Amino acid sequence: MNSFSYTRAQAVETAAREVSTNHTAKFIAGGTNLLDLMKENVERPTRLVDLTRLPLNQIEDTDKGLRLGALATNANTAYDERVEERYPLLSKAILAGASAQLRNMATDGGNLFQRTRCYYFYDLATPCNKREPGSGCSAITGYNRVCGILGTSESCIATHPSDMCVALAALKATVNVTGATGERTVEFADFHRLPGNEPERDNNLKPDEIVTSIDLPADGERFAKNFTYLKLRDRASYAFALVSVAAALDMDGDTIKEARVALGGVAHKPWRKAEAEDLLKGQAATKVNFERVAASLLEGAKGYGSNTFKIELAKRAIVRALTMAANGQH
Amino acid sequence: MAATTYIGRSTSRVDGRAKVTGEAKYAAEFNTPGLTYGYVISSDIAKGKITKIDASDALSLPGVLQVFTHENAPRPAYFDRKFKDDDSPVGDKFKPLYSAEIQFSMQPIGLVVADSFEVARYAASLVKVEYKAETPETNLRQKPKGHKAPTGKTGFTPPKSRGNAAKAYKNAEVQFEAEYFHMPEHHNPMEMFASTVIVEEDGKLKIYDKTQGVANSQKYITKIFGLSKEEARVINPFMGGGFGSGLRPQYQLYLAVMAARELNRSVRVVLTRQQMFSFGHRPATLQTVSLGATKDGMLQAIKHEALGETSRFEEYTEVVVNWAGMLYHCDNVELGYYLRNLDTYTPLDMRAPGSVTGIAAFETAIDELSYKVGIDPLELRLKNYAEKNEFEGKPFSSKELRACYAQGAAKFGWAKRPAQPRSMREGTKLIGWGVATGMWDAQQQKSAAKANLSVDGKLVVGSSTSDIGTGTYTAMTMIAAETLGLPLDAVTFKLGDTTLPVAPLEGGSWTVASVGSAVKEACEAVAKKVFSMAKDVKDSPLSGASFDEVEFVDGKVQLKGDYSSGVSIVEAMRAGEVNFIEEETTTMPNMLKQMQYARNTHSAVFVEVEVDEDLGQICVRRVVSAIAGGRVISPKTARSQILGGVVWGISMALEEESVLDHHFGRFMNHNLAEYHVAVNADIHNIDVIFVEEHDDIVNPLGAKGLGEIGIVGVAAAIGNAIYHATGKRVRELPITLDKLL
Ligand SMILES: Cc1cc2nc3c(=O)[nH]c(=O)nc-3n(C[C@H](O)[C@H](O)[C@H](O)COP(=O)(O)OP(=O)(O)OC[C@H]3O[C@@H](n4cnc5c(N)ncnc54)[C@H](O)[C@@H]3O)c2cc1C
Ligand code: SF4
Repeated sequence: MNSFSYTRAQAVETAAREVSTNHTAKFIAGGTNLLDLMKENVERPTRLVDLTRLPLNQIEDTDKGLRLGALATNANTAYDERVEERYPLLSKAILAGASAQLRNMATDGGNLFQRTRCYYFYDLATPCNKREPGSGCSAITGYNRVCGILGTSESCIATHPSDMCVALAALKATVNVTGATGERTVEFADFHRLPGNEPERDNNLKPDEIVTSIDLPADGERFAKNFTYLKLRDRASYAFALVSVAAALDMDGDTIKEARVALGGVAHKPWRKAEAEDLLKGQAATKVNFERVAASLLEGAKGYGSNTFKIELAKRAIVRALTMAANGQH
Repeated sequence: MAATTYIGRSTSRVDGRAKVTGEAKYAAEFNTPGLTYGYVISSDIAKGKITKIDASDALSLPGVLQVFTHENAPRPAYFDRKFKDDDSPVGDKFKPLYSAEIQFSMQPIGLVVADSFEVARYAASLVKVEYKAETPETNLRQKPKGHKAPTGKTGFTPPKSRGNAAKAYKNAEVQFEAEYFHMPEHHNPMEMFASTVIVEEDGKLKIYDKTQGVANSQKYITKIFGLSKEEARVINPFMGGGFGSGLRPQYQLYLAVMAARELNRSVRVVLTRQQMFSFGHRPATLQTVSLGATKDGMLQAIKHEALGETSRFEEYTEVVVNWAGMLYHCDNVELGYYLRNLDTYTPLDMRAPGSVTGIAAFETAIDELSYKVGIDPLELRLKNYAEKNEFEGKPFSSKELRACYAQGAAKFGWAKRPAQPRSMREGTKLIGWGVATGMWDAQQQKSAAKANLSVDGKLVVGSSTSDIGTGTYTAMTMIAAETLGLPLDAVTFKLGDTTLPVAPLEGGSWTVASVGSAVKEACEAVAKKVFSMAKDVKDSPLSGASFDEVEFVDGKVQLKGDYSSGVSIVEAMRAGEVNFIEEETTTMPNMLKQMQYARNTHSAVFVEVEVDEDLGQICVRRVVSAIAGGRVISPKTARSQILGGVVWGISMALEEESVLDHHFGRFMNHNLAEYHVAVNADIHNIDVIFVEEHDDIVNPLGAKGLGEIGIVGVAAAIGNAIYHATGKRVRELPITLDKLL
């Protein structure tokens, strides 16, 4: 860890301005990801702008739906009664992640920015394009059990490791951000990006942009009954997903009115595909129909050796998650 | 039963309060004014040479005292043997900062010393190192050709063959052969390796070191630096887990002492979690088991061959295959054990070394054979039960394995097991039951102890042994208190200090047997003195008695069973006009008697798993572990040891592996987020049964040691249960979900 200076942000705008003028400054919220990366010298900010005292930890109703303040903790969000009742998929996804201690510290905003868990990204002794652009990707020919099978590129096959974000993608959340030059709203699908030839960029935000809140759309409440978050991992808790599925169905009797399926652990962003979801529109909840969705979502998937099993695993997990959702099993 | 009878009765840890309140201090927690902090720089490459090392930026940071590298560090001892320790394998020793050569990934190549930890850590990141890298070889399976293992290491008995296994195998009615493999694993105790070296005013060193043997660390340091024992005292009162990793002095000890002497300052060096992957580990091992049997399941031939990994500089060996010659009755046995040198650090004993992996493979093969011959796996084991140790041709000092099978099976409900795989299911979950046998050694080593009883009835007992979390403090306190008939809180047991009488390394499950026997003997020596004083008390009811006729209970010495006849210890000592009685004894195992017997602990492990049919997720729902381990001294800590062993067995079967990237020759999951050990949510019902086992041969206490047996057999039982659930045999550990898809 290098030496750095520290300041406590007083207002969103000034904090954004501070980071826009200093390219080696970084925001810090719960610190559960950033501090680890600093200890490993992966991140070396010279200045930390602490967001935690900004008044952004509320969870409140708006005319759009439910608004999660960026500084609301993962724990407070997951156990918030309104979230539990109207967006139980989100509660379940959050609680499938990390540990109780981490969720108490981790913020909703920080969760969006958590970086990949690719082993090479964490280890300065090995080349990694995401950490050091142009140095090469060690994972492609190395140990890639935790890496992606969809939307990968020749320069990076990393995944976004979040559970929370998979549910947010399925719920079509929107993200409100404020930068040095003003405010804007980003669709969740446009928040994260694929690695392409710029794997050092995880998302489409500018460094000075602060996430102030996340909006859960009111119509997301339709999925409060038939949903599941299925997380497959190497131990029963405290492990990142090998594959996870957020499945949500808006059902009319036995007929599916609308389906949402997002995958975690397989790509540089939560993986959704509208055409795959549309396959279920007006259809019955049958295994065959679910298998078609799985096949469509995994179209073009590519394995790299130690992660090739994820292709088959993801297909089975999709079918299982949709079956559970249709049966009202969470 | 007298109030001062403790052995066999549940007692909470005597050090429990100190541990949960933080009063118990560990090697990295001892402070002294003016302490400096060392931070280790680790090599990026696994093989090659350092061509350039530039520490100028680091040295220019305020607070940095020195950056030691091979270019400027002292080389206090030239000869390899000076670097030898009590657990050294055959071979050259690794000598930190002696040369530019890199022999393994994350090799320590520098030590930054600064007046704060943060500055030292930052400075370490500023040291620029250039290498000339060579291609490392770390893949045991790539060219699986090894050489015969040397037999120099204490404790390693070369496997002997008997009969003609090749011929018997060829002629057998039923033949079975398979290959098994497991990856390296790291010990990963909670506490990081650390040494705090305090330079005292007279120049002597007081060293707090994380170790399973303070005497071993002291010997190592004094030999290398040419110091006397008085000049280097080593202390380690508590240990946050060892599992074998502390059986050898680790490099932070050498570096801290070296820096302290060079700078004449007190120095602390603590390794990072990542650096905990830079030294000893359980070696990757490739095994082949061949079994020949009659149609009705009588073993005719056993062949077990293992290829283990070791470093280029030391020949680490462990007892992997010998168990195959001891577990069952069979006239034709052929065993082979080979090593292959790779560009990694030397492996290191890890809980039940060799046995836990050798038996994992062998007990899987036995299970596979049971399906081939169509006999219940438990019945097959009973059919081939070994009445004596056929490997050494000796009777067992005691072996209640049959009782383990019977009591374990009854508790588990084994009789209801359907023979066919895939015959139990609940929804999408397939259920399976498996069994395996475990075996470990019951050893006793030479050990010394000192007991000091003062006239106020307080007893202080000491021995340089350590408590690696196993409950040594508690067991020794119980033994001492019972021997002298004192309340537990009148007894203080001291350990982990080289000023105390010498005990062996804390390993091999021999501590209770060895140190416990010494504690008992020292306390008995004190008791004899008390007795002779008690006889001289005016009108003593004991005047005509011999020592054999009396007992020490409830603070007094009395005729056996006669509560009216006692003389209190205090009264006796007053009469004898002494303020204290001190006795030091060295207890040797009765080799002549012990040599005639094979001395082992045994276990039977029963497991129920559920496996998701589509998704491969595995859950170990139930484990019954029945243990034959001699006399149980401290039931509570004993049970904890077995529980911990079972938990680790689950972890080993399903989760643990140190992932190597062979391109870099580097362990890549070097942190506890990615090196998975079992978490609470993975652990469900575990039942521990201690079967009655009387043994007066192993040692005077009749205790066999329980630190290791608990983990042995668990992985095989789980794999066997998974097969029973799914019909899929996985011959590679850990059994992760992808292997079941
Ligand atoms: C051992 C371990 C296991 C874990 N397991 C899981 C898991 O299974 N599933 C899972 O989903 N997560 C898991 N996590 C990750 C955890 O959820 C994230 O670390 C956490 O959500 C990050 O939030 P934070 O507030 O601590 O972020 P910080 O560490 O404070 O910040 C992370 C990044 O986000 C930026 N940032 C923070 N807030 C904002 C904001 N409002 N606007 C703009 N930028 C911001 C920071 O600059 C920084 O770069 C695990 C973490 C650990 C350490
Ligand atoms: S996959 Fe991405 S993060 Fe991993 S090594 Fe390659 S470039 Fe780095």
